Amino acid sequence: MDHTADGHTQVVREEEAIQHPLGVYFKIWILLFVLSALSYAVDFYQVQGYMRWFLILLFMVLKAGLIIAVFMHMVWERLAMVYFILLPPILLLTLVAIGSLEADWTFFQRGVYFLKELILEAPASPHH
Amino acid sequence: MSTETMAPDSLELKPGLAGFFDDWSSDQRAFKGVPWGKAMMWIFLVSDTFIFGCFLASYMTVRVSTLDPWPSASEVFALSFGGAPIPLILIAIMTFVLITSSGTMALAVNYGYRKNKWVTFWLLIATALLGATFVGMQVFEWSKLIFEEGVRPWGNPMGAAQFGSVFFMVTGFHGFHVSIGVIFLFIFSYKVARGHLDDQTQGWFTKRGGNYEEIEILGLYWHFVDLVWVFIFAFFYLW
Repeated sequence: MDHTADGHTQVVREEEAIQHPLGVYFKIWILLFVLSALSYAVDFYQVQGYMRWFLILLFMVLKAGLIIAVFMHMVWERLAMVYFILLPPILLLTLVAIGSLEADWTFFQRGVYFLKELILEAPASPHH
Repeated sequence: MSTETMAPDSLELKPGLAGFFDDWSSDQRAFKGVPWGKAMMWIFLVSDTFIFGCFLASYMTVRVSTLDPWPSASEVFALSFGGAPIPLILIAIMTFVLITSSGTMALAVNYGYRKNKWVTFWLLIATALLGATFVGMQVFEWSKLIFEEGVRPWGNPMGAAQFGSVFFMVTGFHGFHVSIGVIFLFIFSYKVARGHLDDQTQGWFTKRGGNYEEIEILGLYWHFVDLVWVFIFAFFYLW
C-alpha cells in the first residue's frame, strides 16, 4: 500500500521536474554573476560606512535567495518542507542579534577597562 | 468532508497553507512526494546551517568586541599580476568559479531528470573540476597567508589576533565541505557513466536502486556549499 503510493508520487515528481525549462537556470546563473560582480564592486570602489554594509547585505540576501529558490528547487517544494527548512535559520538570527548586543557591551566594558583608549581615541564605530 | 479526512495519504494534495497543516497533521509522512533521501539531505543541510551560523555569529562577536584594528581583507587578499595589486581579486575569482560550478550542477540535475546520461556525466565532471579549482585556489591563498604574511590562528602582523583564527576555522571548514563535494561528484559521475542510475543498480550505501533523484540530492549539497560561500564572502571578505 505504502509502496504503491510512494511509487506513484515519485513518478509524478519526475514528470514535474522535467517541466523546468533550462532558460530559468541560465537566467538565474547570469543574475548570480551580476550580483557577485556588484558586491565585488562595493569593495573595489571602496564604498564605506552604512552604505557598504547595506549593499553587501542586499546582494548577499538576493544571491542566497536565488540559489535557494531556484537552484535548490525551493519554489517548487510544498510548504510543509519550505517552513521546516527556513524557520530554524530564522530562529538562528536571534542568536546573532544577541551575540551582536553582547559584543557591543563587551567592547564598551573593554573600553572602560582600558580607559586611555576610550578617552584618547574614542572610536566612533565599534566595527573597525 | 469526513471521507476526505479519512482517506489515507490522499494523492490529492492541497496547495498552500491548508496543505501545510494537512501534511504535518497527516499522521504519516510530513513531506509528501519527497524522496526520503532528499528530506534527509535537507535535514543535514539545516544542521550544517547551524554549524556555519555559529561560526559566523561568533566571528561577528569577536570582530565587534576586539579593541585591536581588524586587518583589511581588501588589502590582505590583494594580488598583483605584474602591475599594481588588485584588491580581493583572488576571492572574486573563487566566487565566480563556485557560482559557475553551481550553474553546471543545476543543469546536471535537469539533464539527469531528462535521463540524458552523457550530458549529465560531463556536467558533473565540469562541476567537480571547478570545485577542485576552487580548492586549489584556496590552498594557494592559505599558503600565501601562512608562509608570506605570517598569519597564524593565534596572531598575525596586521592586527587583531582573531583574524587568523576566524579565517582558518571558517574557510577551512568550508573548503573541507567543497573537497567532500568534489569526491562525491566524481563518485556520482562514475555511477552515471556506468548507467547505475538508469539500471537502478544498488548503491554502496543502501539497498535501494539508483535513481536520477540522487543527482538532485547531490545538487542540494553542492548548492549549499555555494550558499555558505555567499555568506562567508559577504561577512568575512567584504565586511
